[in-house]
Amino acid sequence: MINLEIPKKIEDTRALLHQFSLNGLRPLSRKYDLLEQKEMPEELYELVKLLKGGRSQAEKRADPAAEAGNVNGSNLSMVVSSAELCWGDVGLFLALPSIGLGNAAVSAVATEEQKTEWGDLFASMAITEPGAGSDSAAIKTTATLDGDEYVLNGTKIFVTDGYRSKQVVVWASLDLKMGKAAIKSFLVPKGTPGMTVTRVEHKLGIRSSDTAQIVLEDCRVPKANLLGNPEIAKTADARKKAFGGVMQTFDNTRPMVAAQAVGLARAALDMTLELLKEEGVELDYNKSYHQMSAVESDLYDMEADYETARLLVLKAAWMADNKQPNSKNASMSKAKAGRMGNQVALKCVEICGQLGYSKAHLLEKFARDSKIIDIYEGTQQIQQLIVARQVLGKSSSELK
Amino acid sequence: MTNTELLFDLTPTEEQQMTREVVQRFAREEMAAAARAADEAGALPEGYLLKTVDLGLNFMPIPEALGGVGAGRSPVSNVLNIEDLARGDMSMAIAALAPLSVINCIMDFGTPAQQERISQALATAEFTPAGLALMESGIGFDARQLKTRAVAQGDGSYILSGAKSMVAFGPEAKILVVFADTGEEGTQGFVLEADTAGVSFEKEDYMGLRPLPLYAMTLADVSVPASARLHESFDIGRMMSLGKIAMSALAVGTCQAMLDYVVPYVNERAAFGEPISNRQAVAFMVADMATEIEGLRLMTYRAAAQAEQNMDFSRNAFLSHRNAIKYGMKVGTDGVQLLGGHGFTREHPVEMWYRNLRALATLDGMLLA
Repeated sequence: MINLEIPKKIEDTRALLHQFSLNGLRPLSRKYDLLEQKEMPEELYELVKLLKGGRSQAEKRADPAAEAGNVNGSNLSMVVSSAELCWGDVGLFLALPSIGLGNAAVSAVATEEQKTEWGDLFASMAITEPGAGSDSAAIKTTATLDGDEYVLNGTKIFVTDGYRSKQVVVWASLDLKMGKAAIKSFLVPKGTPGMTVTRVEHKLGIRSSDTAQIVLEDCRVPKANLLGNPEIAKTADARKKAFGGVMQTFDNTRPMVAAQAVGLARAALDMTLELLKEEGVELDYNKSYHQMSAVESDLYDMEADYETARLLVLKAAWMADNKQPNSKNASMSKAKAGRMGNQVALKCVEICGQLGYSKAHLLEKFARDSKIIDIYEGTQQIQQLIVARQVLGKSSSELK
Repeated sequence: MTNTELLFDLTPTEEQQMTREVVQRFAREEMAAAARAADEAGALPEGYLLKTVDLGLNFMPIPEALGGVGAGRSPVSNVLNIEDLARGDMSMAIAALAPLSVINCIMDFGTPAQQERISQALATAEFTPAGLALMESGIGFDARQLKTRAVAQGDGSYILSGAKSMVAFGPEAKILVVFADTGEEGTQGFVLEADTAGVSFEKEDYMGLRPLPLYAMTLADVSVPASARLHESFDIGRMMSLGKIAMSALAVGTCQAMLDYVVPYVNERAAFGEPISNRQAVAFMVADMATEIEGLRLMTYRAAAQAEQNMDFSRNAFLSHRNAIKYGMKVGTDGVQLLGGHGFTREHPVEMWYRNLRALATLDGMLLA
């Protein structure tokens, strides 16, 4: 039965996280935006304990929400949670240790022994290189087997949480001549000789989250730290499939990142509406086009785009929960939410004038933070490319 | 009231799924194939309306006691039907669904006597033309500030005077629900027949929707009995919101037809030695069309599902309609653009959809979800 409201269990968690965002993250937003420090915001340690407590309680309550043929599972609940935490602060959200992008990649394939050995996971993801961004098949970092160890060499950039994380999941090629199929991921614990954080970026936004450059020089890790299957697929078809498998993880993570834009846009809109209320402007969703001011018209447009993006994100996550192929929908959600979040945040600054632009409020920060969401985890243009290929039935060699 | 125990779900019920298959086949075979000729002729295809009766849609919301199926009022089912029929042709979809919208209006806001009368008149084996007469000529139409007046008389009857526009079927209509300003009680609806004394019609012509018979209606001191007025629970806000959802669904279906047509075209059309869809400038336009259509569809479904669950759905109805106007027309104009000069000719249906989609800004109260 068609219903696009969030079920009670997820809604309860969302309400809990809203309080956490409001009372825990928001008071720290400006402080760590200004500090732009490498170290993790101290207050986050306490907050994370709180969050974990609240979460495990919520999880105890939550039986898997499923009825005949319909699951509202971890994907749906994750996008709702992510949006709510990003309503609080996207930068601090990224800095939360439990959010480490590499965690999911490790959990999916690590054995029990490895999990015990590696301890508490706070794993960052190192894919991008100076010469390979969106084209992740073009990475040049190598992994060479030497006895029982892989030797890693290369340079990684734009590693979110790369400085603070305890482990780094590094993408490297077993054989540069073999193309995509030879790309594997390796877990490298911090402190492993040969791996150095060489730089932390200064950025337009999300300044409370560290973004690091990592250099690997003859960095040795045990053979078992290769995550997943160590074989290079033999046939062309199998090779294509192997890299497809790697890329498929994006089908789950893209809606999560799209959700960040949904939360941020809501935050910008809420703040703008609050400021405008003092000016006597309120939305009543009844006005005809001819009765509204230009500002109101913009606000209605933003609310409409916000709701649209939110629903596209929920759908993509719901499809993942129900094991429906969602590559197209995941990219649609990321494309729409990415551009929506950026447009809304920038428009809110414009509408609120001096207050919007002033550091006395957070709107200018939201506008700076919003830009990255339309870039990382696949830029706007990469998402359009993926959607277009799917809709038009084209291969990547036809539609480049 | 929120039924929060429900799960998020995009799967139609089994019944809805079955109806969809029938309606979609009808849209392909009886509508899409005939749409261009109907547009050129400015008239519905011969026998078309009668064929729509077999879909049985009018019977669904009418209680069994009144000769219907008793499926209840389902804005979600309505939205699916509107979308699927509009994918065949928007004008023909509106014509087929205008009587159902009268039924929906009366089931929501009619007196028991009106419900009985409408059921007898419209749930029949013949197609009975009927429609809602809300729109008025002019710029900046506002359903809460109508120019048509209904003045209460001492005996409880009303005198209606003024002019309506975009009235489906006009003089052919068996039943019309005319909306007028009563003064103190604001906008109210009155059920009357097209041949009531003092009512006259004149055919209207529009940029699009050409097969749809639309009329200007003049009401010169038309006397209607007290029993003609809708139930006192009538809520113009709710009706407008149901109308906005219906318009959004029309946009979804029409835009989907556009995308269905454009995709094979850009894949086959070659320029500079390869299909034009191999170019990002073309492909990204297609990607954005697909994304916005999908977004609009979800917005429409959500507003309809909220209405069905008796939640406050006015905000989402408003927002989905706003996007229907904006992105619906964007899809309309981009569709023509993608066919280039060919899209501008009447050899292809894209220019027809372009003309029809512009109507979404001005179809208030034509159909109800």
